[in-house]
Amino acid sequence: MVTGKTVENVAVKLIQLAVTELPQDVKEALHKAYNEETNKIGKAQLKAILDNVNLAEKTCAPMCQDTGVIIFHVKAGSKVDGLDNVETALRNAAVRATKEIPLRPNAVNPFTQKNTGNNTGRFIPYIHWEIVVGETLEITVMPKGGGSENVSALAMLSPNQGISGFKKFVIDTVIKAGAKPCPPTVLGVAVGGGAEIAMNLAKAALLKPLNQPNPNPELAKLEQELREAANSTGIGPMGLGGKTTVLAVKIDYAHRHPASYPVAVVVQCWAARRATARIYSDGTIEYLTHKVA
Amino acid sequence: MAVYRLSTPISEEIVRKLQVNDKVYLSGTIVTARDAGHRRALRFHNEGRQLPINLDGLAVFHCGPLMRQENKSWRVVAAGPTTSSRMEPFEDQFIKLFKIRMIIGKGGMGKKAVNAMKKYGAVYGAFTGGAAVLAAKAIKRVKGVEWSDLGMPEAMWILEVEDFGPLTVAIDTHGNNLFEIIQTKVDKTKEQIYKKLGIK
Ligand code: SF4
Repeated sequence: MVTGKTVENVAVKLIQLAVTELPQDVKEALHKAYNEETNKIGKAQLKAILDNVNLAEKTCAPMCQDTGVIIFHVKAGSKVDGLDNVETALRNAAVRATKEIPLRPNAVNPFTQKNTGNNTGRFIPYIHWEIVVGETLEITVMPKGGGSENVSALAMLSPNQGISGFKKFVIDTVIKAGAKPCPPTVLGVAVGGGAEIAMNLAKAALLKPLNQPNPNPELAKLEQELREAANSTGIGPMGLGGKTTVLAVKIDYAHRHPASYPVAVVVQCWAARRATARIYSDGTIEYLTHKVA
Repeated sequence: MAVYRLSTPISEEIVRKLQVNDKVYLSGTIVTARDAGHRRALRFHNEGRQLPINLDGLAVFHCGPLMRQENKSWRVVAAGPTTSSRMEPFEDQFIKLFKIRMIIGKGGMGKKAVNAMKKYGAVYGAFTGGAAVLAAKAIKRVKGVEWSDLGMPEAMWILEVEDFGPLTVAIDTHGNNLFEIIQTKVDKTKEQIYKKLGIK
């Protein structure tokens, strides 16, 4: 039996971990980029990012003032008791985290423009549910910043444009975004399914560790090819020039309708924040993305 | 690529020496303003009212900070730059009327702002996007807050900073725009990239 209180406490902790400390794989990718960057201004930007990440971690402060829109991914074991408590618990966690960490209030009614002040609202925090076999409850939080979300894009290509059209759309999206999404970025890319399927897969692809190549060798090759192409644009860190524009490209796909070729690109900024924990049936809690003392 | 340590108020003479790619560390007083803050300042001017603070020679920081109130005084938690292009419609008037010498933000600005910077003497200093704790560390004191009815991110925060930076001069008073220079280069590489990817 998972209690609402346990889920709420774990979720508050996850939000705090996510906004104050980057997962190890993202930190490593940023360090690697810093070591390899040859453009002076680009390198200075990466240095500022790394200094900032360090300071945030040490002082337990949010690494960016835009603490994002809160999105949860829940993998619920089919045998977990108490799943009906989870949604309320996650909403309560958002309210508490906003006060305790603190987070910037980022939930605005699109018609009245009123900010609820506590990061909850209609469908916010958003919760993705997945039922899996087993007795554990796995919760991931992804606080998603606005600057990078704003340059995310969907194209409903014609199938005869195929892979070539797919590659062009990804590169064009990076070029059009320029400095806006706080590069270096991570690109979540998905093709197929339908409009919302592609978008969902692209965003979920951002949850994969950056140092884990795609299990499909063809897609792994495509990821590398697109990353190198994006980095040869010269946009560079913060759009001020350099060879680090994209830290990683993550690709996923679904089978498509014969007449459709949807391509989704979701852009994630250098503050590629995420945190995951697993709650076991005996109440043990394991944090998967962060070291917790 | 010179490095400058400047203090506000900055004189027009000094600001005209700065070139794109220069690095600046700024000390003194800066104020935050986003869209709503810009709009209100211009409305005040149109109505013949005084701004709560004289902006002559100061820097305007495009930022919606995350603040916390402790024992009645404000503390900056995180204060990175916001996207400057949103302020494009007002910035030329702002530079002209209030004689600010530096605009701090991310992502750069457009033609109207670039022209105003050239004409009236101001530069654009790019601060690393999202580097909010680094920025907060250089903010030594919150001197005041005006227009707090606009909400925490939109209010005008008056801040005392020390060695705030590094700020990359990305638009100077000579009409140079680093973002535009990069964009032109990027556009030139585009065809090559297409070719390499086998894009028809
Ligand atoms: S794009 Fe990311 S790093 Fe940049 S301001 Fe937004 S949340 Fe922060």
